[in-house]
Amino acid sequence: MTGIDPVICFFIFGIAAGLARADLRLPGAIYEFVSTVLLLAIGLKGGVELARDTGGMPLVELAGVLSIGLLLPLPVFAIARMIGRLSRADSASLAAHYGSVSVGTFAVVMGYLTTRGIPYEARAPVWVVLLEVPAILVGILLARGISKDVAWDKLARELLLGRSIVLLLGGLAIGWVSGPEGTQSIQPFFFGLFKGILSLFLLEMGLIAASHLPTLRRHGLFIAGFGLVMPLLGAGVGILVGLLLGLSTGGTTVLATLAASASYIAAPAAIRTAVPEANPALSLTASLAVTFPFNIIFGIPLYQQLAVSLHG
Amino acid sequence: MEQYPRRLLTVVTEAVLERDLLGELEALGVRGYTITDARGRGSRGTRQSDWAQDGNIRIEIVCEPALAARVAARLRERYYDHYAMILFMQDVSVLRPEKF
Repeated sequence: MTGIDPVICFFIFGIAAGLARADLRLPGAIYEFVSTVLLLAIGLKGGVELARDTGGMPLVELAGVLSIGLLLPLPVFAIARMIGRLSRADSASLAAHYGSVSVGTFAVVMGYLTTRGIPYEARAPVWVVLLEVPAILVGILLARGISKDVAWDKLARELLLGRSIVLLLGGLAIGWVSGPEGTQSIQPFFFGLFKGILSLFLLEMGLIAASHLPTLRRHGLFIAGFGLVMPLLGAGVGILVGLLLGLSTGGTTVLATLAASASYIAAPAAIRTAVPEANPALSLTASLAVTFPFNIIFGIPLYQQLAVSLHG
Repeated sequence: MEQYPRRLLTVVTEAVLERDLLGELEALGVRGYTITDARGRGSRGTRQSDWAQDGNIRIEIVCEPALAARVAARLRERYYDHYAMILFMQDVSVLRPEKF
């Protein structure tokens, strides 16, 4: 072992500083900038690799990945409703958060695999795009039914034009059009600095996660347990689908990590407006203060181990 | 210098509502407003402005008293139950009545 990844240390540092109430805050504009660079870099990297080999994406893979986003919310909803005894709105909100994905977690698993020289499918950023929105729509459906109160077309439009999807697709397109040679001049910034930018992002995420930890005490054991068990369920589903689709070990790890991750940007914003009676602190605390730290510190190495051993 | 009375309506609420609210204001006939990022503390806990997800905004509207009342009634009916929102009104004076 080569010690803990410094990137993860920045996250732990952020949590510690946040809990100690240290005088440390990154301005909102920095967070916006850093996450923009990460999203573009992830998209570009995928696009450049796709330009190298035009394997494309098999339809069965598209269906497999989409089905995770459409079906994973259902057991999440059932568990929250039956075991957690939460209201329908709160359960649906959790289903949307846990069915959708976290791009921050994706950035960490990308860094993890790259550092270890483990290859994964270049089209992985497309999976992020495929997984972000469906679960949110399913979550709203679970809360509202097929109700006329929901402006579905407006909602879908807003979700599909959300910041992360637009930036990922933009990066993918630019990387694909420009190719490996064309992007050489911007590679030092987007690829060379990737880990540094990721460190800043995780420092901020640590501070944000720490600010949500006190809420955890109010919501009790169920939410803490939920935030730990759900990623394992998601990862199991992700690994299974990865194996069925015949993905590489690295690709299976990425898909497992994506299925294990929970949204903390797109889902909270959409649910807040579409399902106002759901308690936003509940889902955000589980996703941000429990699941995100668990995934990046313990989950990713675990999912990779599992993917390796199940690949046989 | 002649001054004309108007109402200043200030709304402090969740940043996530911005897009919805602006549509609402436009539909009610509000012609202008000012939005600033805000942070503070209230019955729903501390709200930071450094992360869009948790942030608050403050919307200020200067308009005729009748319109201010209509906006206030509409916001109360639609958002008070489930969102962090306060609003208050003040009498103000403006120099160019045609603008407000």
